[in-house]
Amino acid sequence: MNIDELREHLCSTYPDLCPLFSVEYGDGMLMVDSSRLHEAASDLRDLGFDRLGMVTAVDTGDEFELVYRVQSREMHAGIFVKTRVARDVASIASVNDLWPAANWQEREVFDMFGIVFEGHPDLRRILLTDDWVGYPLRKDYEDERIIRRPDYI
Amino acid sequence: MTEQTIVNIGPSHPSTHGVCRVIVTLDGETVVHAEPVIGHLHRGIEKMAENRTYLQVVPLTDRLDYVGSMYANWAYCRSVERLAGIRVPERAEYIRVIVCELQRIASHMMGIGSTGADTGATSAFMYTFAQRDHVVELFEALCGARLTYNYVRPGGVSMDLPDGWVEQCRAFTAQHPPVMMEIDRLLFGNVIARARLKGVGVLTPEDAVGWGTSGPVARGSGVDWDLRRDDPYSVYPRFDFQIPLGEIGDCYDRARVRLWECVESCKIINQALDQIEPGSVHAEGLPRLLAPRPGDAYDHIESARGSLGVYLVSDGSPRPYRMKVRSPAFCNLAVLPLLAEGHTLSDLIVIIGSLDPVFGEVDR
Amino acid sequence: MAFVDDLGAALDKTPGGGIILTSLDAVMDWSRGKSLWMMPMGTACCAMELIAASFSRFDFDRHGSIPRPDPRHCDVMVVAGTITRKMAPAVKRLYEQMPDPKWVIAMGNCAVSGGIFYYDTYSVIRGVDEFLPVDVYISGCPPRPEALQDAILRLREQVATDSIVPGRDRQLNTILPTPGSPRKGDSAAADGDDS
Ligand code: SF4
Repeated sequence: MNIDELREHLCSTYPDLCPLFSVEYGDGMLMVDSSRLHEAASDLRDLGFDRLGMVTAVDTGDEFELVYRVQSREMHAGIFVKTRVARDVASIASVNDLWPAANWQEREVFDMFGIVFEGHPDLRRILLTDDWVGYPLRKDYEDERIIRRPDYI
Repeated sequence: MTEQTIVNIGPSHPSTHGVCRVIVTLDGETVVHAEPVIGHLHRGIEKMAENRTYLQVVPLTDRLDYVGSMYANWAYCRSVERLAGIRVPERAEYIRVIVCELQRIASHMMGIGSTGADTGATSAFMYTFAQRDHVVELFEALCGARLTYNYVRPGGVSMDLPDGWVEQCRAFTAQHPPVMMEIDRLLFGNVIARARLKGVGVLTPEDAVGWGTSGPVARGSGVDWDLRRDDPYSVYPRFDFQIPLGEIGDCYDRARVRLWECVESCKIINQALDQIEPGSVHAEGLPRLLAPRPGDAYDHIESARGSLGVYLVSDGSPRPYRMKVRSPAFCNLAVLPLLAEGHTLSDLIVIIGSLDPVFGEVDR
Repeated sequence: MAFVDDLGAALDKTPGGGIILTSLDAVMDWSRGKSLWMMPMGTACCAMELIAASFSRFDFDRHGSIPRPDPRHCDVMVVAGTITRKMAPAVKRLYEQMPDPKWVIAMGNCAVSGGIFYYDTYSVIRGVDEFLPVDVYISGCPPRPEALQDAILRLREQVATDSIVPGRDRQLNTILPTPGSPRKGDSAAADGDDS
């Protein structure tokens, strides 16, 4: 399967959210609803996206945007799968069963943002100590130990 | 089956190559389960970047992978360039390739040396460190720093090659491959080292892909994936080089792949030095304060440890809204429990060394 | 060191014992200063320079400073690198395991004050002197291996003032250089200060 076939396939499977492809880099972007994330992920894996490159999240203020990057070695392509979860009930299905690589990466996202991955076998803090309070990469994280940098620019 | 013991290694242990703690469950001397505990060097660089301008983040990226600072610089700069739509002059691209291949050598020297040290051959470390010091000296002539270079900047590199640098660099690439051959004989031809490395910590290709490993760890298992060739960036398509591959994916293959990569790097450097043309090394007309349009960008390069990516989100202000570093060492270290199972405690040390983690990058 | 400690305390009380004590101190300090074994507490980037200092090029062994991974063999702990809140208890514990007398060198801006990680971060401890008594500070990010060698030499000068009697200082006829004061042999600067 090459990039064009992939695009057509994805467009027909997800008609409401036709993926964007930037031709220049061979990178695609697929925005799915959080309830369909696992389904889309397993679809992609069956299409040959055998590597999960990155799992991360962005705090957009009222929601969290989860960003997954999957890669296909055969098609030389990478796709971003993005989804949004609400801030107060931040939880999403884990993709650990599809790519074991998600294990540590999801733990990191949990550690930094407090997003719960359902179905993750071992969801604990990974970088911070177990008794840490709060999720540092949230924009509203408060810690009296932080010294804000004076504005020089 | 006998009673199991739990042994704690680290977080400051000479053979964990940094500050990693491993909690090992042992049955006799056999590892039943090894659980790495990371985060002892978590410095919050991603959070800090949110309060710096785009240019001020570059020194922070130096401190990520401190054995190969140039890579993090470059990956970050590529991401910024993609976000802000900056075109980099050709000479700067060539310089970036040259310094990054030199950096690969410096970093692999560390990796091979510690493989030697872990198996009891400290003299290999002496050889490789002498080679590393040559590279560090070249970098010092280039930008004045031995370790934290801050050399690759958004839009190009900070300064042009100094006079006489090209000749020094050529002299280095000429003397380096023979030394590698010598180390190949000295270390990998040694009966003891072979016995300690062969068949230890076998990573199957399926696991290597599924666990998201990259770089020499994946290539040691025979996974033919190198971003320099498969997702070509910069001027790499113009060079002719090979991607060394391992056969079975044990510690021996991983270390040996590193060794051959150094030789290939020398080839790339020589070709780049032949092709490089005079010109400007920094994009013209960049604003002093970069404030890219709102949006996000991701770019990755092949670092000494694997595919190193930087994901940037901009909200239109002069500071990144979010920076995420996709760290190869983090993903590579995740396979440690898989590899260690069933081996002895002393082999565990060799396995950690063969994954070549740098904890600045694992923990960020 | 129990025997030496008892001996020192006894001599201190004996009339005329001070003379023997001074000579004993001189011998002890000389021998301690010439073999400062170090505990390489390398956590981050500075550890690379620490390793470089002890390998082929800079060869630390010639100063009698051998890196020993076991805290119980060491006299001086070289803290090279960032100390985070997760790491600090381990560093403190290792320091406590070292036998007396012991010294600490803070290598690199991170160990001195937090350095580049001073602002905006939630997990870095701003300098090891928050929980360890530091004897020599080396600035730099990272400091060069030569700077570490200089630190060891300076530490020797400091070791020379120690006495085997706890709480007692040996008077030396040299003045230890401090950051602001001219160094030994720096006569031009010294003259300028006097006038
Ligand atoms: S002082 Fe600089 S080089 Fe040393 S550990 Fe800190 S950031 Fe790294």
